Amino acid sequence: MQLIARVLVLSLLAGQALAAVLPEDRLDVLSHEYDGGGMEIKGPSVLVRKSFADKVSVRANYYVDKVSAASIDVVTSASPYKEERTEKSIGVDYLHGKAIYSLSYGNSEESDFEANSVHFDMSQDFFGDLTTLSLGFSKGWDEVFRTGDNSFAEEADRQHFRIGLSQILTKNLVASLSHELITDEGYLNNPYRSVRYLTSPDSYSFEPERYPETRTSEASALRLSYYLPWRAGLHGEYRLYSDSWGIDANSWQLKLIQPVGQHWTLETRYRAYQQGDADFYADLFPYQDAQNFLARDKELSEFSSTVIGVGVGFEFSKPNWDTIDKAGLNLWVDRFSFDYDNFRDIRVQTTPGTEPLYSFDATVTRLLFTLWY
Amino acid sequence: MTGAGMKATGVMRVALMLAALLSSGCAIKPWLKPYERARLADPVMNVAAHPASENYMHHVHQAREAMRGAEGSAGGGCGCN
Repeated sequence: MQLIARVLVLSLLAGQALAAVLPEDRLDVLSHEYDGGGMEIKGPSVLVRKSFADKVSVRANYYVDKVSAASIDVVTSASPYKEERTEKSIGVDYLHGKAIYSLSYGNSEESDFEANSVHFDMSQDFFGDLTTLSLGFSKGWDEVFRTGDNSFAEEADRQHFRIGLSQILTKNLVASLSHELITDEGYLNNPYRSVRYLTSPDSYSFEPERYPETRTSEASALRLSYYLPWRAGLHGEYRLYSDSWGIDANSWQLKLIQPVGQHWTLETRYRAYQQGDADFYADLFPYQDAQNFLARDKELSEFSSTVIGVGVGFEFSKPNWDTIDKAGLNLWVDRFSFDYDNFRDIRVQTTPGTEPLYSFDATVTRLLFTLWY
Repeated sequence: MTGAGMKATGVMRVALMLAALLSSGCAIKPWLKPYERARLADPVMNVAAHPASENYMHHVHQAREAMRGAEGSAGGGCGCN
């Protein structure tokens, strides 16, 4: 009898988590902070999700980045500045049989930039709910402005196509493969950034960046999640990327989620990333207008980065809580290190092209309070 | 054997292999019963248990790397730079 009851409970648990189900009803209040490389970015993110009749789930997210910028780009070609970015999104998920259909809309605004986007995703379970196929499409419209120049207004359109396959392999192992193609068309520059070029062997000057007006990229990811014998989750990820600007990149990550007792969870992760540079990137061009397209954005340079992260979580509930199932508090701290291979620190005055290569560290802190209801 | 004969044999071999694969494919049945999936349903197996927090980390990476897309959980992106 006890065995039958146990099997029934396990079946219900497994069925709930692995068949098509709507996301949990929850309220998340996140405080986030990024500090490094002269940039300080912090703000809240509030996410609320509620389902109705186990068929429909709606969500809304409000997110703020308060930016205080004195990065190497800013201090070498402009003045430190402060700005705020606000992002709002709403979405709805509809469960129909073993399929979930999701539709969402997002808007991101800052003083010199606005992005609107719509997203459609669907996922379908089959093969005894061991396999999940997902498809998605997004379309985005960006408007780019330049502070202090009212005549400047540019646009860019973006399209995303996603496909994913998740497969339960054993009772301890799940694998998933995903692929996403993104195409951009329009003004893809940063309107403030400049490239530098030699004016003589000992001096250089600046001119505005010029990017191509299209970019197409493809990214693929393989993910594995493994249940360790002592009740812990080990999660591996490998991502591969290439785009029409000539950038190849890849990353891998390992993450361990380890519960401690009934209420506590510890997390740790290590991630390594590397990328090659864009075809039209150079730290120092030989002369003005050296080529059609010009970039000196360090995000388009050749570099590698690593992240070491730790997290701790605590979940609790009280029997006299009526509408609330449980509450949780999580804290994560991630330490980033960036090492650039062909982006030089031009704060150092020396012969152009011989400045030290740039590198910096950053710390990202996240504090999350959650109510499940 | 003539070139055409060899080609025909090659095609036959591929067809036979395909037929074998397809017939074995049809024979594959889901290999785990629902009650065998309890471990996979454990919260430790959910790498994206906190979407607001995961989305923020995707944004941190996207803003500093050229790589974009196939982020996994949530995704969508804000289109911001």
